[in-house]
Order: sequence, then C-alpha cells, then structure tokens
Amino acid sequence: MLTLVHYLSLAAILFCIGIYGAITRRNAIGVLMAIELMFNAANINFIAFSKFITPTLLTGQVFAIFVIAIAAAEATVGLAIVILIYRHHKEINVDKINVMKW
Amino acid sequence: MQAYSWIIPFLSLVSFATIVFFTIKRPRLSAYISISAVATAFVLSVIILTEVLKNPVSSEFTYSWINLPGFKIEMGMLVDPLTAVMLMVVTIVSMLVQIYSVGYMAGDPRFSRYFSFLSLFTFSMLGLVLSNNFFEIFIFWELVGLTSYLLIGFWFEKKVASDAGKKAFITTRTGDLGFLIGIFILVSAAGTFNFNEIFHQIEANTIPSALITISAIFIFCGAVGKSAQFPLHVWLPDAMEGPTPVSALIHAATMVAAGVYLVARAMTVFAAAPSAALVVAIIGAFTAFLAASIGLVQNDIKRVLAYSTISQLGYMMLALGLVGFTAGTFHLMTHAYFKALLFLGAGSVIHAMHTNDIWEMGGLYPKMKITAITFIIASLSISGIFPFSGFWSKDEIFAVAAQKPVFLIVAILVAFMTAFYMFRLCFVTFFGKPRDQKKFEHAHESPKNMTIPLMVLAFLSITAGWVGIPWLKKGFSSFVYFHHPHHAEPNILLMIGSTIVALSGISLAYLMYYKKSISTEKLKKKFPFPYKVLYNKYYFDELYNTIIINPILSLAKLLFRFDLGIIDWLVNAFGDFTVFLSDVKEWFDSHIVDGGVNGIAYVFKVISSGIRKIQTGQLQNYALIIFFGIVIIMLLKFS
Repeated sequence: MLTLVHYLSLAAILFCIGIYGAITRRNAIGVLMAIELMFNAANINFIAFSKFITPTLLTGQVFAIFVIAIAAAEATVGLAIVILIYRHHKEINVDKINVMKW
Repeated sequence: MQAYSWIIPFLSLVSFATIVFFTIKRPRLSAYISISAVATAFVLSVIILTEVLKNPVSSEFTYSWINLPGFKIEMGMLVDPLTAVMLMVVTIVSMLVQIYSVGYMAGDPRFSRYFSFLSLFTFSMLGLVLSNNFFEIFIFWELVGLTSYLLIGFWFEKKVASDAGKKAFITTRTGDLGFLIGIFILVSAAGTFNFNEIFHQIEANTIPSALITISAIFIFCGAVGKSAQFPLHVWLPDAMEGPTPVSALIHAATMVAAGVYLVARAMTVFAAAPSAALVVAIIGAFTAFLAASIGLVQNDIKRVLAYSTISQLGYMMLALGLVGFTAGTFHLMTHAYFKALLFLGAGSVIHAMHTNDIWEMGGLYPKMKITAITFIIASLSISGIFPFSGFWSKDEIFAVAAQKPVFLIVAILVAFMTAFYMFRLCFVTFFGKPRDQKKFEHAHESPKNMTIPLMVLAFLSITAGWVGIPWLKKGFSSFVYFHHPHHAEPNILLMIGSTIVALSGISLAYLMYYKKSISTEKLKKKFPFPYKVLYNKYYFDELYNTIIINPILSLAKLLFRFDLGIIDWLVNAFGDFTVFLSDVKEWFDSHIVDGGVNGIAYVFKVISSGIRKIQTGQLQNYALIIFFGIVIIMLLKFS
C-alpha cells in the first residue's frame, strides 16, 4: 500500500536530484532541466497532500496545474536567455559565463 | 562787458580741449584754432580796456563755489585797471608768439601738442590775472607752473630739457609752498579768501600787523619762485632749453611777471607791512644787480636774455618794494613787449643759424635786416634810450628808487650793465665779421609769419611807453595806481642821468665788441677771478648742488638703503616665515589628514578585496551557498 511517506520520499529524492543537477551541471540547458525536476518534485508534494489530507478539495491539484503552466513560461524565458547568451558569447558553459561578477 | 570777462580765458580753454580731443592729428588746424581763440580774447581785452579806461572802477563778479558754514570759497573775476592792462599784455604777446610759433615750430612732430600747451598756458595766465581771491589765484598760479614745466621740457628727448623742466617745477614749487603758507596765515586771520575783503580788513587795522608782515613775506616767497628772484633764480636760465617762442611768452613776458603781478595785486598787504616791503625791495635790487652782472659774460644768446629778464624783474620788485605800484606795473607792461621781442628776435637768429652761441654768429645784419633792426629797437628800449618805451618805465623806477639813494645807485649800475650786455649781444651777433662761415652761408631771413610779430612788437616796444610820459595829463599813472593817482613829476635831471648811463654802457660795448679798441681778452687776463665767478654764475648751481641737492640725494640714498636693508628685509623675512609655516601645514595636510582619509579608504579596499571573492558571478555557486544555508537553518530549527 502506497502511503504519503512514499510520495514525499519520491518528491524529496527528485528534489535533491534537481538541486544537485542545478548546482553541478555545466550546461545551461542541463541546469534548466534540473530546475524542471525541482518543480515537478514540488508538484508531487502538492498532489500527494491534496490526495491524502484534503481528498474532497482540489486546491492542491489546481495549484500543481498552475505550477506546470508557470514552469512552461519560465522555461521559455530561461531558454531565451540561454540563446541570447550563446549568441553573445558563443558559449553555454555556465562556468565560463561570469558577466555578473562585480 | 566786464561781467563777461570770463570768456577771455575760457576761449583758450576751449581751444586746448578741442586740440587735445579732436585735432591732434591736424597740426595746421590746431594752430589756427589756438590763434583764433587768443585773437578773439585779444579783441575782448581791448573792449574791456576801453571800457575800464572810460570808467576806471574796480568791478567784481563772483560765483560762490564751495559754501561751508561761516566760510566760503568763490570763483570770480576782479576787473580793475591793473587787470585790464595785464589782459592786454597777455593776450597780445600770446597772440603774437603763437603766430610766430607757426613758423618757428614748422615741421615739429608734436606741433598740435605744442599749441594745445600754449592754449592751456594762455587760459591759466588769463585766469590768474582775472582772479578775485587767493584760492583761485593759487589754482591758476600752479596751472601756469605746470604749463611752464610742460613747455620747458617740450623737447623731452633731450635730457637737458627734461632736467630743466624738473628744475623749474621743483624750484618754483619751493616758493609756492611759502605762498601757500602765506595765504593760510592771511586767510585764517581774515576769514576770507577774497582780495578786497582782506584788503579792507587790513586797512581797517583788524588784523595784527605782525601777522600781516609774516604773511606778506611768505606770499613774496611765491613771487620769488615764479619771478625767478634771488635765491630761487636758478631755474630761469635753464628754462631756456624750451622752444624759443615759449621762452618769449612764458619765461620773459607773462608767467615770470606773475610774481610781480601778485605783489602788485597784494600791494595793500605789503604797504601795511613796511619791513616786508623792504625785503621785497632789497631782494629785487640784489637780484637785479646779481643777474645783470652774470649777464655780462654769458655766451648763449638766450641765457643772456634770461639773466636780463631776471634782472628786469628785480627792477620791478624793487619798485614795488618801495610801494611804487605804478612804476612796477608800468615796467612790467613795457618789459613784456620788448623782452618778448628780444626773445623772438633771438629765436629768429637761432632759427637761421642753428646755434645759441653768440661767438658762432656775427655779421648777420645784411642777411637778416628785419630781425636785426627789431632786435636793436628792443635793445634800445631795454637800455632806456629816449623815446623808446623802456626809457619811460625805467625813469619811473628811478624816480621811485630815488627815495632811498642806495637803491638808486644799484638801479643805475644795473641800467649801465643792461645797456652794456644788450649791445654786446647786438654787436657780436649782427655786426663784425661772420665767425662761422658755413653757418653764415645758410643764414636767411625768417618767414613772414615770424617777422610780422617782430615788427608789431617793435612798434609796441617803441610806443607802449608813451602812455606813461610824465607830461601827459592823463597817463598811465592816473589809470593804474595804488590808493591815489600819483602824478610823477617829470624829473629832467634823472632822465638826463639815465640816458647818459645807458649811452655810456652802449659806447663801452661799442668800443669792446665793434671797434675792439678795448681788448676783451686782456680784460679777462687782468681780472681772471671776477670773470670766472661771473661766467660760472656765482657758482649758485654748484652751491645749491652741494648744500641742498646732494645732501637730499644722499639722504634719499640712505633711506633707500634703509628701505632695502630693513623694510625689505622685514617684509621678506615675514614672507619667508609664512612660506615656512605653510610648508609645515602642507606636510600636516598631506601626511596626517590625507593619510587618515587614504588610510580609511585603504582599510575598506583591503576588506572588500577579500570579500569580493565571494561574488564569483556564477549562479551555481550562489545556489550552492543558498542550499547549504537552508540546510543549516533546517538543522538548527529542527534538531
């Protein structure tokens, strides 16, 4: 029987993978993908809490749909930035891009 | 008409301003402006003279200038017979000299400036003559001194000329200081500057006689300076460095006569102070003798005339000192004409020969007939030969001097010397053989605009004295007089005596310089000492140099050294100290203050250069740090 803990554990693992990826990936696209992972970990939490704690209300699930929508928008903006950076620097390696340094 | 007499000097002032501001670049026009101004003034003076002759009263017109409680300074005009005569003399001589100058100064690079100065002089002199109070007369007195300075030093490229200008100015200023003191004393006693008011008070005996005597002597100091009387006579011979027409106008006919005019104007003061009047007479007589004796041996034609001027002015002073008001002013008038003529004649000769030394001239009579004849007329006049004007005025002076036999003897001696040195000039210059053939060849008669003034003045030199012929019922003496019209009794004995004296002077000159029957060389050898003393003008210049000028110069040098050594040293020391002080402050500023400011900045720089390393610009680093931060917060929160 799958309990809330299982879902939460999955979400936690997924989130950790996301953080790890976001921090360590050199490729900007990879970083964006890791961020998507973290979003989805959060989505799993929303849905799990919605199912197990308030089964009659759909608040959590609606929220998850919003997050997906916003994540899509965010991915668009992020990819656009990456493309611009690439055009400017011929580079998508995040280590090499340090224009925000002091 | 007297009320409009201010126009007479004003015309020349206008001409001066016009030349200075508008026509300085147009010499001919400037000359015409100046001459027409003075010619108009002359016509007006004639009108005034005829009116005053008709009605010989003194009329006064005043304009109150500065009004203080209980005290006022006026500008005004006093027109009386003396003024009218002086106006005539000044305008006529000034006009003739200006006409003459057109020829004499032709081609001078500062032609316009010359005429502007002459106009300014004419203005000042006419103003002086018209003044009705001591304040005004002093202003014009100084103005004529200034123009005299400007004109003596007119050719200022020559050092002698500029030096002579300075000498004249400083010497006359010395006298003017006395004049000023005299005015102050008199005015503080009388409470007014006005001539007539002061004179009324003196006649009413309201001023202590001691004060009158002192102020009279001080006022006479001014006259001594201006009229080149002993001991301030040294400037006039040097003033001959100016253009010759200037010498004729200023240093013979008019300005130097201002001193005589002043004494005449202030006659009441001198009459009330017999001892001061005696001083005037003694100084006059002494100067007359001294200058005449120097004139005997001078070789510069203008210098002889200059000493002659001093001597004749001494004559006038002598007469005025003996309260011979009429005699003094009469001689002033006739002297103006014949002395101006002598100077203009000398100028004509100099113009032709380009030298002042009479021993380079000679035999000029056939070449310069007009100049020679007019010069001889003037010489006869100054020597006092009947019936030339000098004869009549000199006789008046003799008649006055006869009051005191000593003065009469001096006057006769001077008359003898005058006749001698004047004819020495005539014989050496115009007769005999030419001494400098080359210069003689070039000599020529001067142009018409120079000879016509000579002829007019020659006419005046003969006739001007006739107004004072003692047989006349209404002559000069019943027109210009002090208190009462005095009628000079014709003194036949004196007339014959003076004529004999003059003729003997002329014959001696004739024998020595024309016939050469008395050798001048032998005389020089026989009396080397008197000759040397006279030739060197009694060593007055040297004496003044040693007792006045050199001590003052050495004092000035001493003060200069004091200035350089002490004052400058102090100033420099103070400056150095300030520099040192500011060096210290500068060090404090740059080391302590700047060090503090820079130190603080340095500290922050060091700190921030450490801290800035955290900002890598790599978002992943930040994310890692945020992650660890959250982890730590979690651990702290939930453990």
